Amino acid sequence: MSALFDPRLPADALLPLLVLASSLLPGLVVFFLGEARVRTRTALNLGGAFLKLAMVGWMIWGVYHGQRYELRLPLLDDLDLVLRVGALSLLFLVLSAGLWLVTTVYAVGYLEHSPHRSRFFGFFSLCVTATVGVAMAGNLLTFLLFFEMLTLTTYPLVVHRGTEAAREAGVVYLTHTVLAGALLLAGTVWLYTLTGTLTFAPQGFVGDVADSHPAALTAIFALLIGGVGVKAALVPLHGWLPRAMVAPAPVSALLHAVAVVKAGAFGVVLIVYDVFGIEQAAALGVTGPLALVAAVTIVYGSLRALFQDDLKRRLAFSTVSQVSYIVLGVAIVGPLASVGGIVHLVHQGVMKITLFFCAGNLAETLGIHKVSEMNGVGRRMPWTMGAFTIAALGMIGVPPMAGFISKWYLSLGALEAGVHWPLYVLIASSLLNAAYFLPILHAAWMREPTTPWPEPATSAQSGSSARRLQPETGWLLLLPPLVTAALSLLIGLFASMPVSPLEWSLLIAEREFHYP
Amino acid sequence: MLPVLAAPAWMLAVVFVPLAAALLCFLLPRRAVILGLVAAVLTAAVTFALTLEVAAAGTAHTLLGGWAAPLGILWRADGLSAALLAMTALVGVTVSLYAAAYFRDDAHARVFFWPLWLLLWTALNALYLSADLFNLYVTLELLGFAAVSLTALGGGAAALTGAIRYLLVSVLGSLSYLLGVALLYHSCGSVDIGLVAACIPDAPRPASQVAAAAMMAGLILKTALFPFHFWLPPAHGSAPAPVSAVLSALVVKASFYLLLRLWLDVLGGGGRWAAELLGLLGVAAVLWGSVLALRQERLKLLIAYSTVAQIGYLFLALPLAVAGGAAAWTGALYLALAHGLAKAAMFLSAGNLLRFGGHDRIAELDSAVHRLPLTLTAFALAGVSIMGLPPSGGFIGKWLLLKAAFAQGRFGLVVVILLGGVLAAAYVFKVVGHAFTPAARERRLRTVPPGMEWSALLLAAAAIVLGLTLPLISPLLQVGAAPAAMATAFAAWSAA
Repeated sequence: MSALFDPRLPADALLPLLVLASSLLPGLVVFFLGEARVRTRTALNLGGAFLKLAMVGWMIWGVYHGQRYELRLPLLDDLDLVLRVGALSLLFLVLSAGLWLVTTVYAVGYLEHSPHRSRFFGFFSLCVTATVGVAMAGNLLTFLLFFEMLTLTTYPLVVHRGTEAAREAGVVYLTHTVLAGALLLAGTVWLYTLTGTLTFAPQGFVGDVADSHPAALTAIFALLIGGVGVKAALVPLHGWLPRAMVAPAPVSALLHAVAVVKAGAFGVVLIVYDVFGIEQAAALGVTGPLALVAAVTIVYGSLRALFQDDLKRRLAFSTVSQVSYIVLGVAIVGPLASVGGIVHLVHQGVMKITLFFCAGNLAETLGIHKVSEMNGVGRRMPWTMGAFTIAALGMIGVPPMAGFISKWYLSLGALEAGVHWPLYVLIASSLLNAAYFLPILHAAWMREPTTPWPEPATSAQSGSSARRLQPETGWLLLLPPLVTAALSLLIGLFASMPVSPLEWSLLIAEREFHYP
Repeated sequence: MLPVLAAPAWMLAVVFVPLAAALLCFLLPRRAVILGLVAAVLTAAVTFALTLEVAAAGTAHTLLGGWAAPLGILWRADGLSAALLAMTALVGVTVSLYAAAYFRDDAHARVFFWPLWLLLWTALNALYLSADLFNLYVTLELLGFAAVSLTALGGGAAALTGAIRYLLVSVLGSLSYLLGVALLYHSCGSVDIGLVAACIPDAPRPASQVAAAAMMAGLILKTALFPFHFWLPPAHGSAPAPVSAVLSALVVKASFYLLLRLWLDVLGGGGRWAAELLGLLGVAAVLWGSVLALRQERLKLLIAYSTVAQIGYLFLALPLAVAGGAAAWTGALYLALAHGLAKAAMFLSAGNLLRFGGHDRIAELDSAVHRLPLTLTAFALAGVSIMGLPPSGGFIGKWLLLKAAFAQGRFGLVVVILLGGVLAAAYVFKVVGHAFTPAARERRLRTVPPGMEWSALLLAAAAIVLGLTLPLISPLLQVGAAPAAMATAFAAWSAA
């Protein structure tokens, strides 16, 4: 605590704290606002989101020039809470801060006139606070703290609609995540009793005890991965994810692209790289089983997605499959595969959030929830379906979209590591991706509408200016998917620009693999 | 002879301020509320002053009337006492504020609540300061009678049945303890903790062992360790909300404190097998209490069974601590402090919901939960600490216990510690989940004064903040006869 009031506290220690505060404080204030205070609430949310993004941008500049940002608060006798910003955390920070801004805009439009908005945006902000906390965690204890906070703050969002289905989904979600939290806690404490430290380090920190306690370390690895694997939706721990689809669209977008699922995948990356160290993990023989789990998840998720008629459920199973690309990239031991895995953290986020925004638009504007109802929808909502198409093609891995870059590096990485089976997994998954996305695109663009579309409801509410411009749906709903779709195209096209996600991932992988 | 050290004035004030106020409240029932509130704030202030003094200057002593042991009465405040005194003060002052609003419309209860409650507070403070076994018996008995009377305050058949059962258990526990004291006095010729501790190793064996067993058994009964928990849920569940908060948060902690005191300072450890046995009962309490809490249909009973489970954690720490895990002592104490704050917050929240909806049937709490967001927040935050999620006092306690359990390779205990947390999450969310489902039907609902909502929230927030203050509290707990050092010494002794 005293560090906070230390007048000599440099700005670079304060910045991580401010990044947390930029969503924590608006979130807390929003809880106390009346439902009708739309302007104040929106101003607080957007102000916080812009501020956070600006500070993250500042830190990118700093880290690029070798600056370090670190804040320590004593928590236990011998363990601190550590917030630290390095290359890997920045990647996740940019993703969370950027997509939070877009999702806030979308949520403002989506939840217009719906009840409990103050509660929603309050927890929404807390959820992002937890996510950036996960991103900046400098040791496993801090990671655990924010990971649990994420569980608690997303539960109200999952059950937000308050229906019986939402309540049941909430129970399933909590059961999974609370049990996972217990595993994570067990693994963390056990590891601490062995190593006496929990501070993340490139190449990990278990090296000293690796020879003396291989069995214990293997068990700890299983506990930790089990703990984060629930949020990363690794099969067979994925059961909560499709159920959680009852949540409103902005929540699904956030859960799938940024917060929960991504925090789990990010956790896998941290555990393999910064806790165990990739070489130590490989020497323990735990990366093989992890790669196997990832491969099974990829194929299983795609197969299940194929048979879902509900659009959001299909996207959910697609997420199950796609997030494990990250895990696979980490588990194939090699620099290029790591690049593919890490970069997919960003790529999957941007593409999947687009898909969920579009699904939300279809549901909100036309009442379409099922794939079988999507015939000819491209004519009614060309912009939305355009964004959907770009993201879907990216998911399949068509060049030059972002998804192609990920799959390219994963494949190269597998070849470099001298294993071939991940290639077959990737090919099978891409074929399956095509098999469950292309029919949607075909139906939307090529087929005749089967039923007449309902009158646009949103333009009637949004006043005269909106009616004059005749958007296909509300502007607040339309702009976010267009932005993210453009982004998923651009980060693929300009993948070799200096601070593109790909270049940044190369930087991270370089540090992990060529550390002295 | 011990010199009269610094802070004796604070120690006297900590006991005599609430005692004097209790008498005044009894004599001037019309002024009881204002007297009680002033006394509560004053007592809390002097307690915090004493705590700071102990933290700064070390263990404090005072001899009542200037007579040294074995003739006189010694009061002693070390880190352990100071921490529990401070927790009591924080809960006490908040509950007093709450009670002022809670009993506003109930003249009968108001007249009896304040003197009894201040008497109970006096007994608690005196118990934490006493350093001789007979004096401890007196405070224990005083505590029991005040607590039983408060339990009966609500009136009605359920409250009376609960109170009578509580009375019998309390008297039985005290008598069992007194039997032990008498046997020790016979053997050692003194009741001063220091002198008895010095004489115990040479004391005639079966007598001192029986004495120890009798004292322990009495205290376990009063602490409601499984399977002696049967009296707790009816008593804590039927009392008025502020009383339930005090009973669950403070009263059971007092007998646990005394048990620790005896274990560490008098019996010098007590033996491995006894710790293992108590640990086993603790395990059973965690599991049984949690499962029963989950099955309750009434909110206050749910919270009461949760107390049964959380007490289990305190005993579960004993085998870990005795085996040399210094951290386990701190862990157990931290859990006790965190549970005190969080459980008080929970009972106060339950009182708000009960006041608002007119009942505490969990299945029908939805409309009350919707209308009282602050109360629900208090309940949820307290729940975070009970579940042991970071950053909360409960988390720190469980972390320290888990660390000791892993270090000693006791994986069974690890599983129980974690499982208790998972079950706690289940029963907390059974209540919190109502906040997010639409309210079924409107009833005629009463209002709840904001003071009642905020005091619950204050305690819950304190339980969370406790998780961030280990660097401040850990040194305090080491002041005086540091439990850790005693444990290590005992481990060395038992190994030899």
